[in-house]
Amino acid sequence: MARTAVSGRLIWRAATVAAAHWETPTARTLVLDVPDWPGHLPGQHVDVRLTAEDGYRAQRSYSIASAWPHPEGKVELTVQRLDDGEVSPYLTDTVEAGDQIELRGPVGGWFVWRDKQPAPVLLIGGGSGVVPLMAMVRARSMAGTKQPFRLIYSVRTPEDLLYADELRRRVRDDAGLDVHYVYTRKTPDNWPSPPKRIDVAALNTYGWPPDFAPDCFVCGPTTFVETAADILVALGHDPRRIRTERFGGTS
Amino acid sequence: MTQPGPRGAALDGNAMAGDLREIFAVDVTAARFMCAGCTHTDAVATLVVWHQSPGLVARCPNCSDVVLRVVRAPDRVYLDLRGSVRLEVPLEGS
Repeated sequence: MARTAVSGRLIWRAATVAAAHWETPTARTLVLDVPDWPGHLPGQHVDVRLTAEDGYRAQRSYSIASAWPHPEGKVELTVQRLDDGEVSPYLTDTVEAGDQIELRGPVGGWFVWRDKQPAPVLLIGGGSGVVPLMAMVRARSMAGTKQPFRLIYSVRTPEDLLYADELRRRVRDDAGLDVHYVYTRKTPDNWPSPPKRIDVAALNTYGWPPDFAPDCFVCGPTTFVETAADILVALGHDPRRIRTERFGGTS
Repeated sequence: MTQPGPRGAALDGNAMAGDLREIFAVDVTAARFMCAGCTHTDAVATLVVWHQSPGLVARCPNCSDVVLRVVRAPDRVYLDLRGSVRLEVPLEGS
């Protein structure tokens, strides 16, 4: 009998943690050296696999936060710690520079933005759902393209904001990029509205009008994604231009 | 993608990309399925995925019938496609 009918077309490889830094008290970015990385599109993810001493394995998907090409040839993941998680606490609290982790990727060809797409772009992120959207923002800047981007970023409190400084800088320096924040539990001081969940008013006011036919990318917890996608359709956006990625949990 | 998924489902078809890419030479999450139950068609990425089982169970976002199942054993993968009438796979560069 033939040894294998299905050869591994995509292989697991060892990545080395080159650096790590905290984005918030519960989210950490891992900067990885991945030998022979083939490059990736913004929105793609990798699968990370951990193996315990007894052989037990756990595998999770993490969106790639960085754009490609990367100035140092690295691949960055931003991992939000889930307190009851099997994998994320290891990646946020235990792993250190020099350690190796097993990963597979890049994968996913649907929830991706290509810099050749001419349409304006509306990005809607809930919590760490902003990570693949950040890769798109970075890729746009890297490619030097002019599609207008709007990011609506829903987050619990100002302390939970990922990439806060970089987004502030990019709004100033990246022409055609706007960011609007929705705070669901606690707002900054002097914020014009009380905490609220993403709603029709936010998407109507800070998104693109449906007439502009923007490409819409929505990523976040399942309930967040369904709410935002339903609002977009109700506002008149073409469902075929709405791409979603859910990563489970509740917001 | 515009239909609310059944409660309890944590992920969508995007999360199957790695396991499917181990079997197929192309990215299957960008392929379009047609559900055998209701003929709904959309990207595989929009399937509603349960992963709290020995494998991945992907259901139609429109009628919640099982469209695709992927079960990994130590030395092989079982792919059950009986809920899909067809897969329409975009080819690179086309």
